[in-house]
Amino acid sequence: MPQLDQIASTYGSQIFWLLVTFGLIFITVGLGMVPKIGATVEARDKRIADDLAAAQAARENATSTEEAYRARTEENRAEALKVTQAAKDKSARDAEKKLAKADAALAEKTAAAEAQLRSAKDAALAEVEAVAVEAAQDMVAKLSGAKVTAAKAQKAVKAALANG
Amino acid sequence: MHQFQVQSIWDGFEIGGHQIAFTNSALFMVLTAVALWVFMLGGMKRELVPGRWQAAVEGFTGFIASMVDANIGPKGKTFVPYVFSLFMFILIANLLGMMPFGVIGVHPFTVTSHITVTGILAIISFGIVLLVGFAKHGFHFFSLFVPHGTPFVMIPLIFLIELFSFMIRPFSLALRLFVAMTAGHILMKVLAGFVINGANAGLGFAALVSVPSFALMIGITVLELLVCAIQAYVFALLTSLYLNDAINLH
Repeated sequence: MPQLDQIASTYGSQIFWLLVTFGLIFITVGLGMVPKIGATVEARDKRIADDLAAAQAARENATSTEEAYRARTEENRAEALKVTQAAKDKSARDAEKKLAKADAALAEKTAAAEAQLRSAKDAALAEVEAVAVEAAQDMVAKLSGAKVTAAKAQKAVKAALANG
Repeated sequence: MHQFQVQSIWDGFEIGGHQIAFTNSALFMVLTAVALWVFMLGGMKRELVPGRWQAAVEGFTGFIASMVDANIGPKGKTFVPYVFSLFMFILIANLLGMMPFGVIGVHPFTVTSHITVTGILAIISFGIVLLVGFAKHGFHFFSLFVPHGTPFVMIPLIFLIELFSFMIRPFSLALRLFVAMTAGHILMKVLAGFVINGANAGLGFAALVSVPSFALMIGITVLELLVCAIQAYVFALLTSLYLNDAINLH
């Protein structure tokens, strides 16, 4: 095995070159480069964590804003509902009042018209009676030549009208 | 066994009586360092939205960082650079040893298949554990060898056993990686030898030996790639576990 056969003649150079190369690696790579690369990774991790935190904060902010907006909308809707309800009630009351007024006026007019109608009817009826009495007198005079007094004729007409 | 041979490329220089030659082993260590450096450069764009390469690099660093964090806790952050260097060095050295450089006539060399290399890495890890342990807790560090609730009469025995299991750690750490890489490469070498020798011995042998060996070799190669990653992970994981002992005691 050359590793053991040659050990006496080669260990000096092996150790020397190992210390030189490994020392160089340790100084340039181990001490020089590794911490920098580690710092890069750490900076990136920190940046990602910060970005995530910022995104989380923005999201929470957006949620609270939306909640406030929703609450305000709800409030506004309730307010609007109240206002319209009040307006509706008022208009209903107004309409009732107007209706009552109009009803009263109409009733008055109707009563007046009815009274007029009644008097007109009475007048007409009285006229019809008078005309009928005259006509009855004339008819009796023409048919029988007998003269009927107005009072008698009136009595007969009244009886006839009452039956008719 | 030729693949484990250390060959000198440049005779080099002398330090304290030791000839420091630039060998194929050193070449692959340098290649490992360069490959790792190039790979890491792709992760240095530091963009907010990572590209594929940057994401791959961040995946590796994040993997080691989370492993260290899971095993040691927040105090382990200081050790991420070391554990990461260790993991990536072993991983890339393992993978470079598996590359089919033979296609272009170059012998790949697996740095981590040498006990010298894995031994030094284990000693560095163990040394850091000892340093951190004594620096943080002083002599109180020895309480690591006496678990909570040990009956008084048992303390000397338990202390010895725990001390022994503690002292064996660098050896098991070094041997595990060395043996896994060496054994894997030898197994592949043997299977490849079956394929080639069977094909040379005639059509019957080729059908009977080479074809099944080749099929097995494909599976073993994939398994070996898995072992490359697992051994690097085990080395880094055990190092962080030992560091946890040193930092948090029990």
